Amino acid sequence: MSTIVKSAPIPPSRQREKPGQQLKWIGKNIKRVEDPRLLTGQGRYIDDIDLPNMLHAAVLRSTRAHARIKSINVTAAAALPGVVKVLTGADIARTTGPLPCFSNPPVEQRCVAVGRVRHVGEAVAVVVAESRYIAEDALDLIAVEYEDLPVMVDPEEAVKATGDGVLHPERGPTNIAIQRRFTFGPVDADFAAAARIVRRKLRWPRSGAQPLETVGAVAEYESGAGKFTIHMNSSMYNYVGWTMALSLGVPAHKINLVPVIAGGSFGSKLFTHKVCVLAASLARICGRPVKYIEDRIDNLTACDNHGSDRIYDAELALDANNRMIGLRCKVLDDYGAYFQYGVGHHGNALSQIVGPYRIRSVDLQVTAVLTNKCQQGAYRGFGSEVANFVIEWMVDAAVDELGLDSVEFRRMNFIRPEDFPYKIPTGNLYDSGNYAAVLDEALRLLDYEGWRKKQAEYRKQGRYVGIGIASCQERSVFSATEFWMLNEEAGFALTSSPEGVSIKIDPLGKIVVSLNAPFWGNSPETMATMILAEQLKVDPVDISVAYSDTDHGLAGTGPGGSRYTVMVAGALVGAAGILREKLFRVAGHMLEASPGDLELRDGKVGVKGAPGLEKTIAEIAMHAHFFRLSMPDDPTLTSGMDAAYTYDHPLTTLPSDDRSDLGIFYPIMGHMCHMPVVEVDVGTGKVSFLDYVAVHDCGTLVNPMTLAGHVRGGTAQGIGTALYEQYYYDADGQLLTANYADYLMPTLHELPENVRVGHVETPSPYTEYGIKGGGEGGRMGAPPAICSAIEDALRPLGIKVDALPITPRRLRTLIREAHAAVA
Amino acid sequence: MTTQTIAVTVNGVRYERSVEPRLLLSDFLRHELSLTGTHVGCEHGICGACTVLLDGLATRSCLCLAMQADGASVETVESLGRVDALHPMQQAFWEKHGLQCGFCTPGMLMCAVELLRANPNPDRDAIVEAIGGNLCRCTGYQNIIASVERAAELQRTVSEAA
Repeated sequence: MSTIVKSAPIPPSRQREKPGQQLKWIGKNIKRVEDPRLLTGQGRYIDDIDLPNMLHAAVLRSTRAHARIKSINVTAAAALPGVVKVLTGADIARTTGPLPCFSNPPVEQRCVAVGRVRHVGEAVAVVVAESRYIAEDALDLIAVEYEDLPVMVDPEEAVKATGDGVLHPERGPTNIAIQRRFTFGPVDADFAAAARIVRRKLRWPRSGAQPLETVGAVAEYESGAGKFTIHMNSSMYNYVGWTMALSLGVPAHKINLVPVIAGGSFGSKLFTHKVCVLAASLARICGRPVKYIEDRIDNLTACDNHGSDRIYDAELALDANNRMIGLRCKVLDDYGAYFQYGVGHHGNALSQIVGPYRIRSVDLQVTAVLTNKCQQGAYRGFGSEVANFVIEWMVDAAVDELGLDSVEFRRMNFIRPEDFPYKIPTGNLYDSGNYAAVLDEALRLLDYEGWRKKQAEYRKQGRYVGIGIASCQERSVFSATEFWMLNEEAGFALTSSPEGVSIKIDPLGKIVVSLNAPFWGNSPETMATMILAEQLKVDPVDISVAYSDTDHGLAGTGPGGSRYTVMVAGALVGAAGILREKLFRVAGHMLEASPGDLELRDGKVGVKGAPGLEKTIAEIAMHAHFFRLSMPDDPTLTSGMDAAYTYDHPLTTLPSDDRSDLGIFYPIMGHMCHMPVVEVDVGTGKVSFLDYVAVHDCGTLVNPMTLAGHVRGGTAQGIGTALYEQYYYDADGQLLTANYADYLMPTLHELPENVRVGHVETPSPYTEYGIKGGGEGGRMGAPPAICSAIEDALRPLGIKVDALPITPRRLRTLIREAHAAVA
Repeated sequence: MTTQTIAVTVNGVRYERSVEPRLLLSDFLRHELSLTGTHVGCEHGICGACTVLLDGLATRSCLCLAMQADGASVETVESLGRVDALHPMQQAFWEKHGLQCGFCTPGMLMCAVELLRANPNPDRDAIVEAIGGNLCRCTGYQNIIASVERAAELQRTVSEAA
């Protein structure tokens, strides 16, 4: 059946605040308003929350990767003085149902396993005790009898498994969770007509965010009100937090989720349903508040959010003029034992799968397989970091095979400034960009030519120095369609991903902004303060920021997908507009002037062209709060000075029914160019950095200092992914890197001394002030850039990298093989 | 479990407490004394977030028993400054954007304070040596180095003025 799919038109821009204005706060390096309390140890993270009469939980975790639970004996544990309850999965299941799952059809998951464990670290039993020490003592007294089942570790084996090797037989007789092929554009014709096809196979390793604070929750249940209060360091609670109520079997208004600041997330504290539901369930069972904080092993073995784990077969088609025309990828994705987010990671990657290049056709076959590992979730990039790696790695392969210049090849294939807004084959739109400008800035900042000369000198001295290049996309501001559009059946096909704020000006003129999403290590308070100070022309010290719980919150999708600054700016502009109107109405009455003749000026409202004819915001606010009867008797003019506004996604359209066009779902398109200079010690396999340049274009800069902080931090994580980090499971499904002595993250000693950050600003035509997101970029650009630099350094040996991480040991193996081949 | 009485001076205040011999110093500070500025990141001595000064020496409080601090003096991040009167090290971290999520920060601050007491003019290598055993997952460390350098500068300014 051939149907012609007509793309929906590009919706008009709803931008109110244009880029390029003279601004007082936006664009400046402002010290973060969050910092003084964090620096003095007054942050109030989740483990700092104590409630009266509170109990402590500890979790017994499976030592087996795949097994039936034959019996659990809790008698000795329950008898230990100080123990209040010992509960198995079956006990918890009496009051608490399966956890929320965003895939369709869902994969059933419980906060404590019932009958069967599917990965090492899965919760088997819980002890609640008067102290965490006693709870952990009691764990040692629980006896579990397992009946081992075949362990699925290798995804290529797991897809073939039958019988007891199938993890979730109730879902069908296979471990394949989803297998689906998507084609966009004339991909078969492009490959048939190609002058050259470049082919590679690649392994992207499972790594993880490793925030230094684990996930935790402190829950209480008021039996009189039948209501839960859950303090937690999660996000998305004002978006999908209500789904936890379904697990707990109560209406959503009987659960209040209270945010605390998070000690890092990088995506990995998205939702965190297991911990929150478990703590709440225990509080109800015990009739007392319960604290459960993951310890580090809990988090490493059983968090919600291991990163992507994929095997790629990739093919790139080029025409006779060395233009890239088609991309084909077969991906096998090792999702682990549960499937909480479905294949949303691949939907995410399809937003920018052609990178910054004019590739006109794409063929993607995704096979998601379930294995006996911890589940995948979100980690800085949400799958797009892998697609970035693949496209850049194919570009490098093409450059290498064709003997071309990697800078000029990129430049020739770039989408050009005049092409925007540019619809890529998958249907997503790139709103704006200037990729050559970013490349040129990186070349200049690095002194690329100078480094090439130095490299030649080093080669003569027998030193292996390489220069890497990666020119990558950084999509920002997701639309909710990415959650479901790749499923065979859409399930809950939501299309909203809003962000709200509420603002109150108190009678003395001070301002409180309530956000509906948490602090995650980003700078939401600083961003809100800067943008609102700009909007209302007030001093930032007169603004404070609060975080709404779900009882009081508006819609808030929260940080993730590099969306927060863009979205909260939209909400603040909307709410400030409402406040401005009311300030002008009240001030107009006080000044006997028409609101149309008024303007904001440094904490005051005044009559245009009449200096001195003005009222302070404090005077106006006092009037609005307490002098109702001295204002006109107009029912639309109510007491108080407050506003709320919910901002929806600035530019999104629906996917087509046949998914040949995924619609516009991730259009606010940032870009980056990373250029590391590395030296490889061929004797030890150690990679060290001689220089590193990272130029980012995140549209209009709000705070260059904090954006550079994100770039450097993300780059450090990208270096970890490229060179060191891996959740390594052995053939029995044991996680061999389940502590920080074995799971190796970069310390100061492994990182570049100076990641030199540059900025290019190509404002978005669709967002307020032209801001684009910038939270994930470093990790989305560093891995291909480093891989490229290592291959460049080892070019005399002809070494190609086909798997990350490129550990010293792995590199030594490649070098040894290369020397053997020469000898 | 039996308990034992210890006397520890924390941030200049002497505390006498009866504790279980197995109680970690980190838990003693956080849960017995409610000094929650000391953070516990890994609980196995790698990350360094829980670093405090024990008789002036940077010590991982998650690898130390409260009893080992009996008779000793402990300094935590709460000993440094207040939000309206930051210690030069805190001021420098603020100015140089030396933190993002803030979870590793108390450990970094205490290591850096120890360094500057012994060496008011540290070069980069000395700073790397002092804080290179602590993990930070947000910053890539670069601004932390810059913060310690800035703190040394601030302290010199203060001491020259005095």
